[in-house]
Formats: sequence, structure tokens, C-alpha cells
Amino acid sequence: MQKEALSKGFIYLLLILGSLLMLLPFIWMISTSLKAANEVMIMPPKWIPTDIQWGNYIKAWFSAPFAVYSVNSVIVLIASTIGELITTILAAYAFSRINFYGRDIIFSILLGTMMVPGEVLLIPNFVTLSNLGWIDHYQALIVPWLASVFSIFLLRQFFLSIPKELSFAAKIDGCSDFRFLWSVMVPLAKPALITIAILKAIGSWNAFMWPLIVTSSENMRTLPVGLIAFSTDTGTKYELLMAASSMIILPMIILYIVLQKYIIEGVARAGIKG
Amino acid sequence: MKIQLRDITMRFDNVTAVDRLNVTIEEGTLVSLLGPSGCGKSTTLFMLAGLYQPTEGELYFGERLVNKVEPENREIGMVFQNYALYPHLTVLKNIMFPLKMAKVPKKEAEERAREMAALVQIDHLLDRKPSQLSGGQQQRVAIARALVKKPKLLLLDEPLSNLDARLRLEMREEIRRIQQEVGITTIFVTHDQEEAMSISDKVLLMKDGKGQQFSPPQDMYDYPENQFVAQFMGNPPINLLSVKLGNDLQTIVLPDTEDTYQLDSLVKSYVDSNSKLELGVRPEDFYIESDLAKAGITVEVMMVERIGRDNLLYARLGQTNLRAIVSPDVKVNQGERVKLAIRPGRTHLFDRSNGQNLLH
Repeated sequence: MQKEALSKGFIYLLLILGSLLMLLPFIWMISTSLKAANEVMIMPPKWIPTDIQWGNYIKAWFSAPFAVYSVNSVIVLIASTIGELITTILAAYAFSRINFYGRDIIFSILLGTMMVPGEVLLIPNFVTLSNLGWIDHYQALIVPWLASVFSIFLLRQFFLSIPKELSFAAKIDGCSDFRFLWSVMVPLAKPALITIAILKAIGSWNAFMWPLIVTSSENMRTLPVGLIAFSTDTGTKYELLMAASSMIILPMIILYIVLQKYIIEGVARAGIKG
Repeated sequence: MKIQLRDITMRFDNVTAVDRLNVTIEEGTLVSLLGPSGCGKSTTLFMLAGLYQPTEGELYFGERLVNKVEPENREIGMVFQNYALYPHLTVLKNIMFPLKMAKVPKKEAEERAREMAALVQIDHLLDRKPSQLSGGQQQRVAIARALVKKPKLLLLDEPLSNLDARLRLEMREEIRRIQQEVGITTIFVTHDQEEAMSISDKVLLMKDGKGQQFSPPQDMYDYPENQFVAQFMGNPPINLLSVKLGNDLQTIVLPDTEDTYQLDSLVKSYVDSNSKLELGVRPEDFYIESDLAKAGITVEVMMVERIGRDNLLYARLGQTNLRAIVSPDVKVNQGERVKLAIRPGRTHLFDRSNGQNLLH
């Protein structure tokens, strides 16, 4: 009995240490965002600022056109998430339920492209978009991210787990392929689709390198790119940078908290036996 | 609706799943497709549903050739082995789904769905999701959904195999009741001979894609057309003895002991006295003959088992083991020799080369 409590205590200790390790950068970020400029770099470091500077947040917000950046980030996030969901649903259905010539080979090739590191694609993609004349437009920020092999793979596996009889039943009930996909498969795949959407949203919101490369004018930039404003030739204003960063990650944290039950939620296998 | 299968054949790559099946199913009857797994019964059902296209042959629903008609235009309802209910919809929505697809006005659709739910006795469960129902209740929902469009043909694919024994009996009666109340032509796939015997007007027994016999269940049991039918039907299974036929075409020579037994009728077709034959007798068609002067097969008793009302007798004739269900009134002991007689008209004689029944 005692032994059990001891081992349980040990496990909790490990978990607490682990989560502290993960949380520390966030705590440091928030702490720095509330410090006065002269307190940021002092040794030994101070976890709790002597004088809490809420003003940093206001100063940070107005030191660059963050309102414009926010609008851009939101537009890109919504467009690319919806776009990716549509392409993913259609592709996953085709790869799991429609028999067409070369299906499995095409799918293997698609999976193969996941091995290619994203950095390799930066230059070819840039050249393509620049030939299309899309540089410094929303298309450049959205179109390259409208499909994801990983999401297709994820959803295809989910679709494969839905029994074939369901589509037979739907066919007898007079339901077309397309109708079946939207009114049966998609509702059933809700947990998987929400997972895909969240991963996409976080990725899109935090994207830095690509928006930095394909945008040049102030009014096309997104939030992460906007953070550059705090690094100038005369040095970095850490307290403002951290204040801005805290504001930027807030929507993603809220989104995650609201939707996490869907990510964890088991797949409903109701009504299907055998 | 009258259903006709003419030379229906289904091939997958090199495998012939169904081989020139010819069956006519009369309107309003319940027909079971029976056979061991892999015999093509489910494939046949899927062809009737329009989910598979027959490779050859013609399929008629009434007077209409339906080979190329899509499932939704065949006026059929189908219940799957795993019920295939839509998990995200309530019971009511599940039943309404086919009507919604047929663009029936919502109010009318709901009315019809409620009517159907009442018929299958699940009208108190309409707001539940399928996951909140027991197997038997899910089954009823599936039947209601299949019937709500008022189809002309109901197809059931092993609908009872996922239920426990007690529920299976109950649902079996339910299916029969609903079928007779609606008067719909029904085709029922099963591998359970007892299920097929109890529920159907007629049974089609299949093996390796070929139809073996199509007849009312009792006829199939009493007058099997071939050895496979005789062996498939009945539990405990029919006894088979390798025998020879005498020159008079009526005397049978039993194995090992060379005893003889007189058949009560002549064989249907001429049989060479050298050909190898199998004598088939169902365990319950034996009885113990105490009058030594009368005809019978003398066997040695190996074991006697009391099974409820009757005794199951394990006996041996030479090298062949026999099973007989006999009245417990006659006391027999292990090692004893007894004479088993066969009820009149209950002998079957099969030609071993092609399995044909030579007596009926």
C-alpha cells in the first residue's frame, strides 16, 4: 500500500518537473513582458518584476501596425484552414473509397513527398509564385498551403475504419457518393477533422519563414513577421517583443483549450458491430 | 414482387463465386439462402441489391430486367450483418434517412418513420443514438429503416449472427411477424440451418456457388436431392454407410459385416451393382427392433447418452460409427448388440460418384 503511494508520488514528481520544463519559457516570456527595460537583463534573473509594467503591452501594440498584421493573419488562417479541409476530405475519400487506376501508387508517391524537408521547397516555390506574379499578395500566403499530405493520410486512415456496409446502406437509401461523403462520412470524422484544423491553424498562425520571404510591403505581413519590428540596429527591445509575443499566442491557446476535448475524444463507433 | 434469377453467374478475377444460379422466388414469400461460408449466398444477395453486377445471366424483378438498375431504383430495403446504422443520427433520423434522400416532405417522412418504428416496436427510443441501443434494438431500427420506403423486396444479410442465442430466437420470430404483417417478399441469408428451417417458406441451399436444392425446408430435410444437402441439414448429422446394391436393385449389402437390408422401394435409375453407394439414415429415423424375426441392422452399442427426452446411441457397424436417437424406454447397455430398424420411407441412397439421391 505504502509502496504504491510512493511510486505514485514519484510519478507525479516526474510529471510536475516535466511540465515545469515545458512551462518555463512561457513563464519567462510573460515575466519579461511585464518588466521595465533595465530589469530585463539583470543578473541574477528576476522572476517577478519589481514594478509591473502593463504599459509594455500598449507600447508594443502601437510600435508596429499590429492591427493590419492581425487581419492578415486571420485571413490567411481561415482561408488556408478551410481550403485544406476541403482538399483533404475530397482526397481522403478518393484514396479510401473510390477504386481508380494507380490509386495506391499515387498515394505512395504522395507519402514519399513527406520525406522532403520544407526548406528544400522554399526556393522552387518562391520562383513559381514569382513567375505567377503572386509575390506580396494573399495568394502567396495561402495557396501553397491548401493541401497537406499528412492530413490526407490521417483522414484516409480514419475513413478506412468506417465500415463499407455504411456506404452500401447509403447507396440503397438513394444517397449519392458526394452526399454520403458530406452527410455521413464528414460528421463521423469530426474528431479527425478538428484535429487537422487545429494543427493547421497553429501552423498557419505561427508561420514565420514563408510569410517573411513572400511579403515585402508592410500591409501584407502577418503577426510573427511583425515581431521583427522590435529587433533594430540599436538592439532588441525584449520587454516589448515578449509583450507582443504573449498577445500573439493567446488566441491559439484559447483555441486549443476550447477544442482539446475533440482532439482527445475517442472515435464514436456507435451503431456498428462486428 | 416476383424475383427471377436466370443463369446468374458472378466471377471475381478467377474465382467463380456464383455459378449459373436459376431460382424463381414467388411474391410475398420468405426465402432463405443457406450454405457454408464462401458458398456465394452473400454474393447472390449483393447482386439482388445491385451492389454487385452479375457477370452473366439475367435478373428479373417482376417483369423488369434489373441487371443494370442502380440499387436506389430497385425498390429494395436491406439489413446488414452489422446493421450499418448511421452512428451520428438519432433513431428517428436514421429511419427517416431514405425518405429524406427520396425528397419526401419532412412532415410526411416523420409520420411514416414513426409508423414504421411502431411496427418494429421501438417507438419509445426515437431520440436515442444507435450507440445507446442494445443489439436487438439496433436490429429493429435497421429493419425499420429498410422498410420505411415501402420496398417490394427486403434483403437480410445474416441479420441474427451478432445477437446472443436468446435474442436470436426472439428476433427470428419478430422478422417472421413483420414480414407477414407487411407481406413483403424477403430474402434472408444465413449459415444456420436451424434458422433457415424455422423461418422460411422455401430454402435455397448453395455450395461452391451452385444451387443444390430449392424447396420448402421440410422437403429439403426429408427428401434431399443429393448427399451434400442430406449432410448439411440436420443435427446430429445424417449417418452414412458405404454400401453395395444387389442385382435385384433392392437389396443392400452393408459394409464389413456383409449383412443385407431390403430397401422399401426400387432405385429411381439403373445402377451398376459395382458402383459405390452411400446409405443415409437420419439418427431419429432409427428405432430399436426387439423382434429378431424382423429386418434391421445389427450393431454394437458403444455409448448411450441421455439428451433430454431421448437417448443418443453411439453404435458401431464394422468400422463405421453410427448415431441413433432412440426412445429411453428401451434399456440398452454398452457393449450390447442391438438391432436398429429404419422407419419406412426414411432411407436415402446416394451415388458416391455424383452425390445424387437414387431413391427420391
